[in-house]
Amino acid sequence: MIRAHITVSLKEDVMDPQGKAVHEALASLGHGTVTRVRVGRYFDVTLDEGDVEAARAKLRDMCEALLANTVIERYDIRLEALTTARTGPVANGGGS
Amino acid sequence: MLAIRKAWGVEPETVWHKDRISPSTDLVVLPGGFSYGDYLRAGSIARFSPVMKSVVEFAGAGGAVLGICNGFQILLEARLLPGAMMRNRGMHFVCKWVNLRVERDDLPWTAYAKRILRVPIAHATGNYFIDPDGLQRLKANRQIVFRYCDETGSTADHCNPNGSVEAIAGICNEAGNVLGMMPHPERAVDADLGSEDGMDFWLGVKQALQGRRAGVARP
Repeated sequence: MIRAHITVSLKEDVMDPQGKAVHEALASLGHGTVTRVRVGRYFDVTLDEGDVEAARAKLRDMCEALLANTVIERYDIRLEALTTARTGPVANGGGS
Repeated sequence: MLAIRKAWGVEPETVWHKDRISPSTDLVVLPGGFSYGDYLRAGSIARFSPVMKSVVEFAGAGGAVLGICNGFQILLEARLLPGAMMRNRGMHFVCKWVNLRVERDDLPWTAYAKRILRVPIAHATGNYFIDPDGLQRLKANRQIVFRYCDETGSTADHCNPNGSVEAIAGICNEAGNVLGMMPHPERAVDADLGSEDGMDFWLGVKQALQGRRAGVARP
């Protein structure tokens, strides 16, 4: 079993009015030292897979097709092996 | 759709999302709405509906496809049109009348005299985005069909309700047979309800499609 922690964030050159709204809200709460806020998305995807590279390839397909709109977003995949013998993070990778 | 019934005098066929579009269809319309509750991204899940396979084939064969609002979002997610939709610049759901400047007069979608249409918009995710290279290609291929403007046709920033790049309200694909627009021409077919300019749009499309059926060359 493999658990993937996927973050999808806006590409750098894309405006983020939602992030700006959150930034302003934080400022009104007194957090004046915040200089920038960008809002993204997080997915927690568990796969019934043993092979890490096979899982990573499938997750990349999932991100390219559905989880991220690669016109405006990039994605980052962090994998965690869920077995009793081997728990903990495996090598990570992102895309787009 | 009431607009089609009123402008064309025919009853449009509603195709279930798991069925297929018949290749002999005159016009496929992906209407507005909130498919899958706009979950994940507006249109991102509907673009995988089984019917979309035949819509893509239909468009590839030159068939006329019109995406309105959520329909436009689905066409973008399906990559039948370039670019992407983002949350409105002001973060509000905007529901109001706008003016549209018609940027081309040589498409089936714009085969009518009026150059400025008064139509309503109702969306939270209508902020059209495309990268600079993509924008250059849109312009080079004349794919920008509608822009937000004021009553005189000026596209100053205050006329832009959602922050769309270059005030873009609607675009077509390179071949011109697929059109996506955020405003609702089907909600502007009754003067008592605010505007009849949508009738020009629908009657123009009807005329162009009838011409096509009669064997007139495709755009």
